[in-house]
Amino acid sequence: MFPDKQKFIVFSLLCIGFLSYSGFLYSHLPVSNPVFSVSQSTGKSLWQKHNCTACHQIYGLGGYLGPDLTNEYSLRGPTLIHIFLQTGNTTMPNYHLSESEIQELTDYLKCVDQTGKSDPRKFTINANGTINQ
Amino acid sequence: MELSISKAKFTPKVFILVALILLSTGMLFGTIGGLQYIIPGFLKEALSFEKTRPLHVSSVLFWILFASMGAVLTYLKEHTGKKLYSNNLSRLLFILFVISVVAILIAYCFGVFGGREYWEFPPILSAPIIIGWILFLINFIISVGTLKNQPVYIWMWLTGIIFFLFTFSESYLWLFPYFNNHVVNDMNIQWKSYGSMVGSWNMLIYGSSMYLMTKISGDKSYAFSNKAFILYFAGLFNLMFNWGHHIYTLPTQHYVQYISYSVSMTELLILGNIIYGWKASLTKAQKFFNRDAYRFLVAADVWIFLNLVLAIGMSIPAINVYTHGTHITVAHAMGTTIGINTMLLLAVCYDILKDTCISLDPYQKLMKFGFWLANSSLFAFWIALIAAGVLKSKWQMSSDQIAFSVMMQNLTPFFIVFMISGVLLLIGIVLAIYPLFKNHLACFFTEKNIQ
Repeated sequence: MFPDKQKFIVFSLLCIGFLSYSGFLYSHLPVSNPVFSVSQSTGKSLWQKHNCTACHQIYGLGGYLGPDLTNEYSLRGPTLIHIFLQTGNTTMPNYHLSESEIQELTDYLKCVDQTGKSDPRKFTINANGTINQ
Repeated sequence: MELSISKAKFTPKVFILVALILLSTGMLFGTIGGLQYIIPGFLKEALSFEKTRPLHVSSVLFWILFASMGAVLTYLKEHTGKKLYSNNLSRLLFILFVISVVAILIAYCFGVFGGREYWEFPPILSAPIIIGWILFLINFIISVGTLKNQPVYIWMWLTGIIFFLFTFSESYLWLFPYFNNHVVNDMNIQWKSYGSMVGSWNMLIYGSSMYLMTKISGDKSYAFSNKAFILYFAGLFNLMFNWGHHIYTLPTQHYVQYISYSVSMTELLILGNIIYGWKASLTKAQKFFNRDAYRFLVAADVWIFLNLVLAIGMSIPAINVYTHGTHITVAHAMGTTIGINTMLLLAVCYDILKDTCISLDPYQKLMKFGFWLANSSLFAFWIALIAAGVLKSKWQMSSDQIAFSVMMQNLTPFFIVFMISGVLLLIGIVLAIYPLFKNHLACFFTEKNIQ
């Protein structure tokens, strides 16, 4: 049986490693000095307020009932997004959003679109099992 | 209930009872959500999917938390052979959690959300959870007294409680503009916290099931063994560093992918151990299979094997790029939450509630039927999701993609199987837990078994 001292040492080392990694990640976020306009920020709040993520995904994370919206802005364009948000469809309710809210949500999707590509076909698979965008 | 939570008569059993109610509620909301997949627009105005999904997720996650808290508090008392440090702290923890869960479920019904992916609710409602959890930690630490010469399940419980507190708090960093001012930064930290949070309640569940296994077999040696501690540290290592597999496709730093990929491969050690110990666990299973609680532990063993194979595959970025965002991820989430966590916790529920006030013998057939119905329908449910995921993956990778709605329509046969097996699963679990409720009701009216 391992002595208690060894268990405490392993546990402490793991905790130190975890806290250091967490601290490093907090201080080295993937995007430094981001520009997030008021409209985009309000759009994100609206996205959360209406729980859009229950049905839609961003980078493949979210619900499965609706499509991934990461690059919807560049794929379908603002007009189609506007129409969907205005009327809903068979599955999606009409949220009776105001014109400014529709614009803010569209701005948020534009901002998400500019962060990268979520389409898995755009990834390169390396021999060691890793992937690159 | 009032009688049960009154100062003199409060026992951790009420956590288990509320947990079982939440499990049933969660599965009911899951069934409604499943219907919304196959009947587009079903209850669209009254209870649309953005409400049913969090109602389902939160009910099920609170089932896990309530059952885990009940298990830890009950087993800790048994382990130390003494009363808990403070029954009042446990009672306060219970009240705070009941307030939270009721407020959260009501908030969803009124369309008030937190809007985060996975586990979301208005941030203010996390306050009673954090306060309650701190009380849980205090009660646990003082009741245990020392970590010297303790079995592995005490380490697992302590780790689970501490890391849940850390990761749950971390999941609210988005409230600070520094973390919330870019979608990639926000998602990076969000999935760091969620990935580890799942590992933290797994520690509580696995610790409880290990205690139960020790109790059933009457052999304490494994809980003190080097092997048990090696596997515990391997699990802790994964809890801390393997969360990156959730965000392989997010444009974040490459080292997140490399670290997570490497760490996840250490799970092969756990898989190897399962395969190596298969024969021994089979012998043990045959010996104890007639015991109600043990039956669920055996089922969980099979589900651990199946889901671990799936999880290790999904942790390889080159495979993950195909499975990410598809129903294979859902199969993994459901397989682990129902097949592993729920089966283990049901074993614990059987052990804690069991036949204290009425004999469960007349219900043996019903319970066995419920057990087999739940597990066989879960298998069909799991396979249907994997099949739907494979087809969605094929669609995602196809060069001439058909419309999303057409692809979803093509998946309808799998969603129908998923839906029917989900209903059967609900029936199976309700049949399996019904005698436990009946027993507790009898206890309640006879005021037996209160302490």
